[in-house]
Amino acid sequence: MANTHASAPAIVQPSAQGKPWAVATTFYSTSDLLDAIRTVRKKGYRKLDAFTPFPIHGIDDAMGESRSKLGYLIACCGITGIVTAQLLMYWTGAVDYPVLVGGKPLYAVEFTVPITFELMVLFSAFAAVFGMLAFNGLPRFNHPVFNYSGYHRATDDGFVLVVERDGNHFEPAAIVELLNELGGETTEIVHEDA
Amino acid sequence: MADVAIKPNTQIDLLNATIDQPLVTGVPSYHEITESVARIVEDKPTKLWFGMLAVTVSLLGMLLVMLAYLTATGIGVWGNNIPVAWAWDITNFVWWIGIGHAGTLISAILFLLRQRWRTGINRAAEAMTLFAVACAAIYPVFHTGRPWRALYWLFPYPNTMQMWLNFRSPLEWDVFAVSTYGTVSLLFWYVGLLPDLATIRDRATGLRRTLYGFFSLGWRGSAHHWKHYELAYMVLAGLSTPLVLSVHSIVSFDFAVSVLPGWHTTIFPPYFVAGAVFSGFGMVLTLLIITRKALKVEHLITLKHIDYMCKVMLATSMIVGYAYATEYFIAWYGGVNGEQFAFYNRLFGPYWWATWSMIFCNVVAPLPLWWTAVRTNITAVFIITIFVNIGMWFERFVIIAISLHRDFLPSSWEYFQPTYVDILTYIGSMGLFLTLYLLFIKFLPMIAIAEVKGAIAQDIEQGAHH
Repeated sequence: MANTHASAPAIVQPSAQGKPWAVATTFYSTSDLLDAIRTVRKKGYRKLDAFTPFPIHGIDDAMGESRSKLGYLIACCGITGIVTAQLLMYWTGAVDYPVLVGGKPLYAVEFTVPITFELMVLFSAFAAVFGMLAFNGLPRFNHPVFNYSGYHRATDDGFVLVVERDGNHFEPAAIVELLNELGGETTEIVHEDA
Repeated sequence: MADVAIKPNTQIDLLNATIDQPLVTGVPSYHEITESVARIVEDKPTKLWFGMLAVTVSLLGMLLVMLAYLTATGIGVWGNNIPVAWAWDITNFVWWIGIGHAGTLISAILFLLRQRWRTGINRAAEAMTLFAVACAAIYPVFHTGRPWRALYWLFPYPNTMQMWLNFRSPLEWDVFAVSTYGTVSLLFWYVGLLPDLATIRDRATGLRRTLYGFFSLGWRGSAHHWKHYELAYMVLAGLSTPLVLSVHSIVSFDFAVSVLPGWHTTIFPPYFVAGAVFSGFGMVLTLLIITRKALKVEHLITLKHIDYMCKVMLATSMIVGYAYATEYFIAWYGGVNGEQFAFYNRLFGPYWWATWSMIFCNVVAPLPLWWTAVRTNITAVFIITIFVNIGMWFERFVIIAISLHRDFLPSSWEYFQPTYVDILTYIGSMGLFLTLYLLFIKFLPMIAIAEVKGAIAQDIEQGAHH
């Protein structure tokens, strides 16, 4: 809790009660943020996250993030939509409730095209949205980063970089110093909720 | 659009020079963008807003009364009767659905085409899509007479009568197309809103903070979030693009799959889609011209946006005009009597005034948009958009009612006239649309904050390499 390094200009939040979670700092340009991420990673810190008001081009490369796998989920759901539509129209129209209308066949590929397409789109869209939320662990209303006093800038004009505690290995003072050297402002040790 | 298109490699092009009107005036800082959009949500509503809301809510109330009257009495209170079994209801349905198409075009197709000028207007246009679909849905639903009894033949669910739907009917395709369109548009819009709701949350206190926090689903803007978010957004845009084309194509199948002269034509799907985009841009312009002035966001929704939207409107007006010409040519060239009569009857029959109004409003009135001076004259553009809104309503009326009122059997010919219920229901549906729109601009960020910032950041980044 106490700031043992008098030299480090970190502010320790009086309200923070839980274990230290990370060191957070704010940059005010995307290039400063990207440079900082690269430097911090070179120093061996691996558990990083950045909180930004808009997606930043090139940040995934800088952070070593892999490509999103969401596309596979969406493709699977899209195929499920196609199969559902076909089974629905074939089974209800030609098996369970066969009614001749205007001499048209009970089932034919042609008339099933529009609804098959619509269900493919519908299922894929659900997968895209709910898959995105699930992959991101949302909704989640409580997160340690909200304890950072500068967080509100991350949805406005600030680019917040967070170096998280990695297991038991955590030397906040050194990280604070490093982040300040890189030009970060409002550098803080952020704690988890009690 | 090529002459003033955004050159992707130059910062200056997008933001100030070479073109007369900048896209985002004066390169605002990120914080200024947050301020100017969030301010609208945070300020106390003005008297003007309350006054407008009072009017639109009254109209909405009138809609509810009319629908209650219709439900209690029967659809005979509308002017529809054999042979004109589809009249104002389906005309209004197609008109409203068409209006929605501009929103999806702006949000999805222009996104995929990397037209970054869309960022200022996409949120409001998407909202209009949702509200237009809600208005459209009223008509077919209440045309069933007893909507609560229509469920089993609209949606497939196991029911006690052990009956299933007729999937061979284009009307059934329409149920799926419109409900999918409404759902996907809602998802797309909401996903776009998430980061902006988080922005409002982080500026708010008390109950507002709780509410915006709840609806932002705890969005944190983490790099990890954005990675999945961007992919999801891209996929939604990719899905919405063919979806929006399919919706009005399927709406046009409602007519084209029949054998009625005037309906039974293969040109309908592209003709309907172009008309939808045309009318949609008309309505978006009408509302945005008022909104940008009333909310003082002229620096974010600039003359450039209006100029571009006018060009889309002009292009689609040309397509629509070409489609009219093709219809008449094919009717003449095809040599089928019934078809020739249907089109002669449109121009010179008892509804000649509707057809000529349609041609004037949709083909002649937009012609001044060829001139830059007109496209950048707000008053002129506003007047033209009103013509477009009216003209596109007439187009649907011409196709639906005029084709029906004189069919193959002269003894059953009839002259359709709307009742007061038809008219008040239509005006009432505008009340629903405008009420939702007013609530939207007051309580939700009407400009995509995160996207505008992203577009500016990209320019700064690219400018740095010069």
